[in-house]
Amino acid sequence: MDLTALTIPEIRERLTEREASAEEVVRAHLDRITTRDQEVRAYLSLSPERALEQARKIDRKIAAGGALPPLAGVPVAVKDVILTRGLKTTCASRILESYVAPYDATAVQRLEAAGACIVGKTNCDEFAMGSSTENSGFFPTHNPHDLARVPGGSSGGSGAAVAANLATVALGSDTGGSIRQPAAFCGIVGMMGTYGRVSRYGLVAFASSLDHIGPFGRTVGDVALVLETIAGRDSMDSTSADVPVPDYVAGLDRDVSGLRVGVPKEYLAGLNPEIGDNLQKAIDIFAKLGCKIENISLPHTDYAIACYYIICTAEASSNLARYDGVRYGFRSSEYSDLRDMYRKTRDRGFGAEVKRRIMLGTHVLSSGYYDAYYLKAQKVRTLIARDFIEAFDKVDVIVTPTSPIPPFKLGEKMDDPLEMYLADIYTVTASLAGIPGISVPCGKTKSEPRLPLGMQIFAKHFDEARLLEAAHAFEKAGGFEL
Amino acid sequence: MALTEKDVRYVAELAHLELAEEEVKKFLPQLDSILAYMQKLNELDTTEVEPMAQVTYPAAENPALRKDRPRPTFHQDEALGNAPERGADYFKVPRVIERE
Repeated sequence: MDLTALTIPEIRERLTEREASAEEVVRAHLDRITTRDQEVRAYLSLSPERALEQARKIDRKIAAGGALPPLAGVPVAVKDVILTRGLKTTCASRILESYVAPYDATAVQRLEAAGACIVGKTNCDEFAMGSSTENSGFFPTHNPHDLARVPGGSSGGSGAAVAANLATVALGSDTGGSIRQPAAFCGIVGMMGTYGRVSRYGLVAFASSLDHIGPFGRTVGDVALVLETIAGRDSMDSTSADVPVPDYVAGLDRDVSGLRVGVPKEYLAGLNPEIGDNLQKAIDIFAKLGCKIENISLPHTDYAIACYYIICTAEASSNLARYDGVRYGFRSSEYSDLRDMYRKTRDRGFGAEVKRRIMLGTHVLSSGYYDAYYLKAQKVRTLIARDFIEAFDKVDVIVTPTSPIPPFKLGEKMDDPLEMYLADIYTVTASLAGIPGISVPCGKTKSEPRLPLGMQIFAKHFDEARLLEAAHAFEKAGGFEL
Repeated sequence: MALTEKDVRYVAELAHLELAEEEVKKFLPQLDSILAYMQKLNELDTTEVEPMAQVTYPAAENPALRKDRPRPTFHQDEALGNAPERGADYFKVPRVIERE
């Protein structure tokens, strides 16, 4: 019996039937990591003691005949931008190479309270800035479907870990697609809830008005259960929403006939033919399920990349000002005075992409440019959000490709940052509007090696239940294996 | 190219980044092309549009407000635990004020 290939309900069944212990489940994952992660390199650090201690606690509960919490014995990987008390949290940056988190993120705390076992911290683009995990300050992660290719990013380590059965589920962070795009590239499910659905307390800030924590899993059911566990108001994050969290899992099997599914024409123009074909097949599945397919328009889509990269770099330049070599993190050993210490610390501590974004953000906020770039982008953000509000008058969910391109080769896009930014076109729109989005597998490319493709579903603010319902119906209808 | 090396050095100074000469040369065309791309937003007339600083959603009451009561926080050792340099229970920094 391979304990690493199980879903959350399957793990639960093994535990309640006493066919396996939580400790065996966790050890099976740790064992697999020692071999398979040599080539995938999803993890930056492991926390076997913490995972095993939690697993033994669960096993004692089982022995005592107590009720099991919802995520009992489930091995979880956590992106290394999310704080885990007593464990290193590096953000895949040299500047935080030896940083040990003094507290747990709310999402981590809620997962552990629900019985989950944190097995380790996953690799990502430095400070979550990138779309390939190649911007990690330590090493790149490889796509488990083809090791020569990237797993996507920025949460590439979490995506690869779940795809390679090195964790059952994982936490990632999504600012402009950093959960959804790696989920698509790794052939798994990844979700970003509504802005404010999940507390950001303990998520190292990149762009505060856009940052989210969210789950990865191999099934929609697993993702729904993790989201349900981590969602909800948290007094430690004033932007977390005071909106009740429904029982997402219970609603998964609702009938989707009559559901209005929108297909935005702006997301189809000039699409890679393989991705276009698969999306069409996916739409046919929804039609067969009795959904009403509607052609819609999101007219400001073409402006989303420019808008997003102004706002996220502006917020990043401000958020990353805290890395000054004083309170935590790396400090350059050579400097002449305080100012020189700041400059040398930041120069040696940050990698190229982080510096590039700090430079862009500082520029667009600087005197004389603020109105032309930053204020303008905030106004365009209103237009993009309005596009979605108007669309959701006509439809319940919107389906799009997750990425305009299949997983690419390591190194292929590292020389042209703008080209890399442009590939985020289908994910940044929802981030700007603050609506929820999920990426689910949607078949593979035709030529060998066959690479995973993803489909994205959007719903209106706080309508995660509807989104998960549509994703689950698609999964049950065989959409993942198109 | 609209951006100059001088602009790049000025922004680096504002951002407290010491960029090496090669880095200034590498970043210049990259930043220039990205900023040129961002000009695309000027195709849109936004005179009547309100800026959106954050996502807002309908909530029962303002959840941002709470009672202002003291709560336990880190002990000094925890707060200083990640300091690159510490001394006498404080963060140690290079001298900021010069002696007369």
